[in-house]
Amino acid sequence: MKFSEKWLREWVNPDLDTAALVEKLTNAGLEVDAVEPVAGDFSGVRVGQVKSVEPHPDADKLRLTKVDVGEAELLEIVCGASNVREGLKVPVAVVGAVLPGDFKIKKAKLRGVPSFGMLCSSKELGLTESADGLMELADEAPVGEDFRAYLELDDVSIDIDLTPNRSDCLGVAGVAREVGVLTSTDVCQVNCEEVKASSDKTFPVKVNATAGCPRYLGRVIENINPQAETPVWMQEKLRRSGLRSLGPVVDVTNYVMLELGQPMHAFDLDKLNNGISVRLSQDGDKLTLLDGQEIDVQPDTLLITDDNGPLALAGIMGGEQSGVTETTHNLFLEAAFFSPDVIAGKARAYGLHTDSSHRFERGVDPALAQQAMQRATALLLDIVGGEAGPVTEVLSDKDLPSTASIHLREDRIERVLGISLEAAEVSDQLSRLGLSLTRVEDGWQVKVPSFRFDLAIEVDLIEELGRLYGYDRLPETRPQGTVLTSNITERLTQLERLQNLLVDRGYFEAVTYSFVEPKLQSLLAEDDLAPIKLANPISADLSVMRTSLWPGLVQALVYNANRQHERVRLFEVGRVFKGELDNIEQERRIGGLIYGDQNAEQWSEKAREVDFFDAKGDVEALLDITGGDIRFQAEPHPALHPGQTARIYKNGEAIGWLGALHPKLQKPLDVNGRVYLFELSLPAVLLAQIPEFTALSKYPAIRRDLALVVDEAVTAGQIENCLSAIDSDILKSFQLFDVYTGDGVELGKKSLAMAFHLQHGERTLKDDEVDALIKTVTDSLEQSVGATIRS
Amino acid sequence: MAELSSQLQALEEITATARQAVAEAQDNRALDDVRVEYLGKKGKITAYLKQLGNVSVEDRPVIGKSVNLAKQEVTGLVEQRGKALAEAAMRAALKAETVDVTLPGRNSEVGGLHPVTRTLQRIERYFRNIGFDVAEGPEIEDSHHNFTALNIPETHPARAMHDTFYFDADKLLRTHTSPVQIRVMEENQPPLRLIAPGRVYRCDSDLTHTPMFHQVEGLMVDENISFTDLKGVLSDFLQAFFEKPLKVRFRPSYFPFTEPSAEADIECVICGGEGCRVCSHTGWIEILGCGMVHPNVFEHVNIDSEKYLGFAFGLGVERMAMLRYGVNDLRLFFDNDLRFLSQFK
Repeated sequence: MKFSEKWLREWVNPDLDTAALVEKLTNAGLEVDAVEPVAGDFSGVRVGQVKSVEPHPDADKLRLTKVDVGEAELLEIVCGASNVREGLKVPVAVVGAVLPGDFKIKKAKLRGVPSFGMLCSSKELGLTESADGLMELADEAPVGEDFRAYLELDDVSIDIDLTPNRSDCLGVAGVAREVGVLTSTDVCQVNCEEVKASSDKTFPVKVNATAGCPRYLGRVIENINPQAETPVWMQEKLRRSGLRSLGPVVDVTNYVMLELGQPMHAFDLDKLNNGISVRLSQDGDKLTLLDGQEIDVQPDTLLITDDNGPLALAGIMGGEQSGVTETTHNLFLEAAFFSPDVIAGKARAYGLHTDSSHRFERGVDPALAQQAMQRATALLLDIVGGEAGPVTEVLSDKDLPSTASIHLREDRIERVLGISLEAAEVSDQLSRLGLSLTRVEDGWQVKVPSFRFDLAIEVDLIEELGRLYGYDRLPETRPQGTVLTSNITERLTQLERLQNLLVDRGYFEAVTYSFVEPKLQSLLAEDDLAPIKLANPISADLSVMRTSLWPGLVQALVYNANRQHERVRLFEVGRVFKGELDNIEQERRIGGLIYGDQNAEQWSEKAREVDFFDAKGDVEALLDITGGDIRFQAEPHPALHPGQTARIYKNGEAIGWLGALHPKLQKPLDVNGRVYLFELSLPAVLLAQIPEFTALSKYPAIRRDLALVVDEAVTAGQIENCLSAIDSDILKSFQLFDVYTGDGVELGKKSLAMAFHLQHGERTLKDDEVDALIKTVTDSLEQSVGATIRS
Repeated sequence: MAELSSQLQALEEITATARQAVAEAQDNRALDDVRVEYLGKKGKITAYLKQLGNVSVEDRPVIGKSVNLAKQEVTGLVEQRGKALAEAAMRAALKAETVDVTLPGRNSEVGGLHPVTRTLQRIERYFRNIGFDVAEGPEIEDSHHNFTALNIPETHPARAMHDTFYFDADKLLRTHTSPVQIRVMEENQPPLRLIAPGRVYRCDSDLTHTPMFHQVEGLMVDENISFTDLKGVLSDFLQAFFEKPLKVRFRPSYFPFTEPSAEADIECVICGGEGCRVCSHTGWIEILGCGMVHPNVFEHVNIDSEKYLGFAFGLGVERMAMLRYGVNDLRLFFDNDLRFLSQFK
């Protein structure tokens, strides 16, 4: 809601300067978004009248004018505007004037002809953003008067960002009422007395949809003067509220809307057929709107129609065909109450947002239509003349919103706000808001006026009390609450631990969008199941929900690689989305990638590009935090290198993938060089075990090394599985410490060097039991993977 | 006597050559050779000692003493020389092993957490410390939890203000973290204290809006929670977060799910309230929305609004991070440019 400060002060004029007034409004919940001067900073501009216009001897586009600015002599001014003409009244910057931007007007010669000032456009005076020629003033503008004083330009536009509940302030009258309460200042009432009919002409109105339109007022005004112009004061008020002047009839309806908050519409009576009917849309309804847009009317749209079909989208926008033009002689004026439920969301459904729909969908005082009709009639008769007929009203009382009667309890005020208010203060504050109170045993019974339909329950009144008391005056307290138990489970590790581990290993955390480009996603997807699609994506490249963290991470890699980063390690934690809409899986994952050299460029060591085992080391470290039975198994993933891909299992359950980006994807993804990717289910990784103590052995440990020869196809994992299956109290651990092929090893075979650590918990090991265990080891390796001992 | 003095003379000559040989020995091996040459079993001084039997009885003590002295002297010199050589060798070795300690070490780089995570962790830590739990909820929500249960019915203008991403008529990307309140209250009765951090989505993208951002929702419900408690808790938090005493201002506002509702402003942390570009020259920065839980919300989750009262708040994490670290462009948070990320270590 944007309005001029002077306009507001016509209604209510508290003893506060602009800044204090603005602060009052903001602190009362009517947040002031902007305060802007209604004109540029200028001086020395007067109302002038062009007395004569002559061509310039040396320039086709310039004219020599003589201008009356109320001095004894006319001013000679050279002007280039195309609309300059004899008799025109214009703002004139005389010599010595200063225009916005500190532009000083001096005597000048234009193509050899002296000029004593400048005729101004509205843009040059900072009244509008753009202008087409000189600003044309009304014929009655007083020649010689200071232009600022004439238009009262020492004024500001105040723009309030109203919350949806305060539609009662979508008119200057409502803001004035609020300011009156906030500053204990009297508020003027606008004259909305009944304008007596001067003709008996009426136009029939029928309302078929009374739920959507409980009240409809119509009035005919005949024989208006189509040549009439909107008075300057009205044009200026509209301009200061951000509206353009569109002719007197439309200007009056807009003015009344800004003044009282009641949207109105004017039809050209001669274009209406056989009466107005307010109804819900039917199949096949079509309408061309005022803005020229042709629409197919959607179901459940409230329409103003006549016998020929739809005339207007009720409460949203009128139709082009029935609208008022400069040839309109007879009007049908509409002031109605359309219920918010019927209007809400409708304008949006047509891609529209109008001043009218903005008000109706938030709610308009249902009692306002009568006042608005009288006010508009009076203004129209003043400006365009004509004869007004009687007001036709169709009313369905039962469909009008009822005004609330609310039980307000004294103790509840204190419980909610945290302070107790004197009874007198409560009743005083609420009365000033226009509420009527009756004292009851534990508080009050409060009746709410129709314009404050946002007040429906007790706590709404308590909010009003807090607001008027001043949120800032309320003290700050510390809650006295119950001591709650809290959860310190060790079965789940904190996510922070995982993040810190990756950070310590040189990774940066990325945050990428949860929606991605479908093609990029399909290149990196694990399967070809369709991703979940947004119905209204912001753009095609953010249109499907991610099924993996990789698309975002790869995109971030490419972004950085294109900016000369040769070594990139990124990770992300976030949800991925799978399944059907009625059964969506939104699993949290942790994923990452490495690219470029393993170490930052360094003086002492040879650079080495990252490989599979660098990434695996990071993943193993991550998994080692919470432990469990971890296996890496070679399995195919469509986006990964077939020879460098492992699926990761924890306690037998598949929890993620690790591998090199498939080389065939490097080009389509715009990646130069190897990328290793991993992704793990976060809940699975976080799942921890509570450590279980085992006693430390006091007896010496023994290490035995074995060199095993196996087929090259045999994996370390197979050997590990085989050894893990050996049931032994003394085999504490084993590890692979060398893999060798070449001289001394048969072709197609490899030699693995392994260390076995043996220890007994209660005594020193005996040679024969060590030998027996080693035999068990070699026997089972021979059986399961065909291993022989290399001599 | 002549024989005695020539004997001693010869001994002195041997000793003199030994002295010189020791002094000239350049390493342990050469020194050992010298030691063997003079003091070994067949060494020259040892030999001299051995031939003592040929010396007359009366001369014997004199020569014996001289030989022992010579032996002692040379042994001492060898030891000394050995020590000196060892020290020199150590010095040489140390010198050879000297490095430029100002050269960088290996593998020293650490990465960094995203500033959003960093900010979230601080907020979480604060609220955990005052007894709040951390809760989570789905990002693809249904309109019941995102709107209806929060007292935003189908036709409410606030729905339009949310610029919602939809999947179908019901499923949507949550526009705020408030639905987590509902989910927690559906499952638990008061007293409740929780925060719900996470990603939220709005169909809006320009200089100051990204289609995804982060919020933290907070909720405290108990038998005696009032608006002044809300002011106290949030004011304390804001001071703690920015680590300085800050003016905090509460203004009436409107959210369908709270009543009374408020917006909290802090004194601009950039200009200290003087007025600058960041605060649009007002000296104040809007930082969070809050209010007392609306009775209709309690009704949706079957909590007795006569018995219990509560407050809720929601704050934008990127905004907090921008103010805390002086970031001037929201979009940087999602570019993942390493030049940006590496500033947060």
